[in-house]
Amino acid sequence: MMHENSICFSNIHQPESWKIENYMASGGYLQWKKILQGQPGNKARQKIVEIIKTSGLRGRGGAGFPTGLKWDFMPKTTEQKYLVCNSDESEPGTCHDREILKLNPHALIEGMAIAGFAMDATVGYHYVRGEFIKDCYPIVEFALQEAYTHNLLGKNILGSGVNFDLYNFLGAGAYICGEETGLLESLEGKQGKPRFKPPFPANFGLYGMPTTVNNTQTLASVPKIIEQGTEWYKSMGTDKSPGTNIFSITGHVNKPGNYELPLGIPFADLLERAGGMLDNKKLKAVIPGGLSTKVLPGDVIADCTMDYESLASAGSALGTGAVVVIAEGTCMVELLKRSSRFYYVENCGQCTPCREGTGWLYRLLQKITQGKGQESDLTLLVDVANRIEGNTICAFGDAAAWPVQSFIEHYYSEFEYMINNHGKSIAA
Amino acid sequence: MSTENTETVELTENIKEKIDTWVAKFPVGKQRSAIIGSLHAVQEHNQGYLTPELMDAVADYLDLPCIYVYEVATFYSMFQTEPVGCNEIAICTNISCMLSGSDEIVHHVEDRLNIKLGETTKDGKIFLKKEEECLAACTGAPMMMVNRQYIENLNIEKVNEILEKLEQQK
Repeated sequence: MMHENSICFSNIHQPESWKIENYMASGGYLQWKKILQGQPGNKARQKIVEIIKTSGLRGRGGAGFPTGLKWDFMPKTTEQKYLVCNSDESEPGTCHDREILKLNPHALIEGMAIAGFAMDATVGYHYVRGEFIKDCYPIVEFALQEAYTHNLLGKNILGSGVNFDLYNFLGAGAYICGEETGLLESLEGKQGKPRFKPPFPANFGLYGMPTTVNNTQTLASVPKIIEQGTEWYKSMGTDKSPGTNIFSITGHVNKPGNYELPLGIPFADLLERAGGMLDNKKLKAVIPGGLSTKVLPGDVIADCTMDYESLASAGSALGTGAVVVIAEGTCMVELLKRSSRFYYVENCGQCTPCREGTGWLYRLLQKITQGKGQESDLTLLVDVANRIEGNTICAFGDAAAWPVQSFIEHYYSEFEYMINNHGKSIAA
Repeated sequence: MSTENTETVELTENIKEKIDTWVAKFPVGKQRSAIIGSLHAVQEHNQGYLTPELMDAVADYLDLPCIYVYEVATFYSMFQTEPVGCNEIAICTNISCMLSGSDEIVHHVEDRLNIKLGETTKDGKIFLKKEEECLAACTGAPMMMVNRQYIENLNIEKVNEILEKLEQQK
């Protein structure tokens, strides 16, 4: 296909792509320098925001919110503003931000510098998940030092009068910190408990100041969009889902991996990219956008294209683009139990429906797999899930409910069989 | 500062330097933001776990109430507040790893070390962390983290090699 690896992965196949000289050799930091060497005032800022708006770039962290619009929400005041990058990658199935950090950290740094300038945020924080401490954090730290050594960050950068200081931050293991206000709490040195909104971070963010939080892939896409222009960007993808997306394909496929491809690619093509089904098994189901999106049966996703609209109309979501492929023979009850354990363990404990409800879900599923389930447990599971959904401060509660609702909707007979057969799986 | 602990410990100069590096990243007066980084530094130099005395020392050095440090230490899964073995193994068992056979890896490691998840071997060498949630290396499933290093595409032979190395450590 023509448009493979055209944005965040454009240079990753070069040797030592993470080094600044190699990034620069492929045109890196040219856009940032152009901005600095032009007339870096408010007009230039607004121009960048307009470019990102026109490009149609949508946040790749899961929610798909239009990035340019988010940037435009920032007040045009002179108070201290912050830009924060969310590299707290932890949505189960998702691992493409880690690849960007390892192979193309300078695209992220350049993207952050440009975004910071566009919103007049003179300080940026890059929140990296704690478990990356020895995996890719050292690379990110190295890259940041390189950027400072080349005078591309700091005060009065290249004599332009523009300031942008960037700092790396490490989390310490908490899925909830991927929620943007939980992340801000964590960055302030607190428990990562999401904040009630409004006010939104653009008005009350880090230390109470205007803040924009964007995902790694979103920010790392910015330099290429500016370099190649919005028409080029929009020539890939669909009308409402322009550009490319990095799909993390895992599960029962022959070649699991991160594939940067245009949005709107048919699911069948994506599966072929990943080498097709493992052991030529039949496709049973797909979780198309990370664990928090609803599961789709194989015959439903077979007709889908991988973009925001198509997956939404099929009853799920693009989410983080983490495509979990499940083959025939897999027990859906066991899978759901594992999913529910995750939400039970990772909930922050703040809202009662979620804190108590996720425990109910997990225990009910344990009961079923232990052969002690009753038919009424299935109604109870859906009832508990429905009472969590929409009743919590953040979307975590919804994310805990959706797998339960969708697994039971599509695979009711498997649950029923296990209940009627003392814990025996129909799939085994 | 603390009312809970009568014993106090002094942080080493090396740790203080590391904490200073974290504090310098944040605006003046926002040193609370440095708690997580400080605890990472302190824990690494204390065989992988935190003690109340060490947490108090961090609070004292940052000039913050002890409770600020305790609530961070108990919220985040990378911080251990009980003594654990000096090598930490965390096997991912979330969806992608599960589909690729992580349960088999867990059973094998439990059998070989003769401990369950969440326990430390009798010789104190290996701590097997409670079921680990997704570590964002799903395309290399099944995977585990050994002393914070990611090891991907696991199979039983690979796991055995790693365990042997750890077991032979003095």
